[in-house]
Amino acid sequence: MQQINFILSLADANLILSQRNAEWCGHGPVLEQDIAITNITLDLLGQARNFYQYAASLVNQSGNMPGNIATEDSLAYRRTEREFKNILLCELPKGDWAQTVLRQFFYSVFCKGLYTQLLQGQDAQLSAIAEKSLKEVLYHVRWSGEWVMRLGDGTAESNQRMKQALQFLWPYTGEMFMPAGFENNEIDLASIKKQWLSQVRSILEEATLQLPAGNIFMQSGGKKGIHTEHMGFLLAEMQYLQRMYPDANW
Amino acid sequence: MNHQFIKKLYYGDIPDEPGSGAAYIAKADTAAWPLWEVFIRSKRGLDHKHAGSLKAADATMAIENARDVYTRRQEGVSIWVVESKNIHASNPDDAESFFDPAEDKVYRHPSFYELPDEVKHM
Repeated sequence: MQQINFILSLADANLILSQRNAEWCGHGPVLEQDIAITNITLDLLGQARNFYQYAASLVNQSGNMPGNIATEDSLAYRRTEREFKNILLCELPKGDWAQTVLRQFFYSVFCKGLYTQLLQGQDAQLSAIAEKSLKEVLYHVRWSGEWVMRLGDGTAESNQRMKQALQFLWPYTGEMFMPAGFENNEIDLASIKKQWLSQVRSILEEATLQLPAGNIFMQSGGKKGIHTEHMGFLLAEMQYLQRMYPDANW
Repeated sequence: MNHQFIKKLYYGDIPDEPGSGAAYIAKADTAAWPLWEVFIRSKRGLDHKHAGSLKAADATMAIENARDVYTRRQEGVSIWVVESKNIHASNPDDAESFFDPAEDKVYRHPSFYELPDEVKHM
């Protein structure tokens, strides 16, 4: 059960961020960047699917849902808000372009560290998913990191917007490194945090932005199913079709 | 009275409404980001071929945009970009004097030699 919850937390984070980023589809600042963010969104969705398929197979093996076969779709579309285990960072509104790229940067650098550890883990399936995902994540880090530098070290307005995004998002970064009890003991969140801080600090420096100082209160709860007020609206939109027409098909 | 019947518009002819966001973005965009030509090499050993053009703020962004726009379906293993303003082209008006004179000079094709049987791959 613990392992299933861990895999679901990975799947949920990718799915929810994918749903958020998808709001840019057709609304990107320029055509080329519209395609770029949508490509990343599809990468996240693909990663979510891999994790959901694996979680569904484990759920079905466990026999905890007799007569009710779990599938990637049932896990994505039939669970309630309290059952979603994504970190809060992923469900926050997309905001402006600065907020979107900074959130992507924070999340992708975290995934880089996490997947690198999964890759070396005992679970062959997770290791395979991590290997495939890591190639995509490295590009997401590069793309979002360059945008953070571009806007932070850009015009007065872009710098101001990046500062606002940093101030808004920072309190949601701590949850990534807080254990929820379902991580397996191969995952060393403290060492992921150390790598994360070092990469984030160096990019923010390039972007002429200051790492928020002092003891800032960190929001948490997402991993335990306690979400922000934004989550319900996101799920309502995402799950609407399957809720309204259960088992609807193309 | 000026009749406002439906006027047939072709792609690219759609008039900008005053103050519309689209027109504003298009103008700001043209002013800020230069145009780049993209060349993609589809396989090792082949040459780079012109794939299209895109807007980007600098070369780094142009290469990444090209990756996202032109290599999504495994089209390439290498990307070149060059700012469009750096490409000089022949004038279409010169086409007659440039290219037509080659029409009746078949002897410029190396097809009048007897090839020995030993020579392969010609």
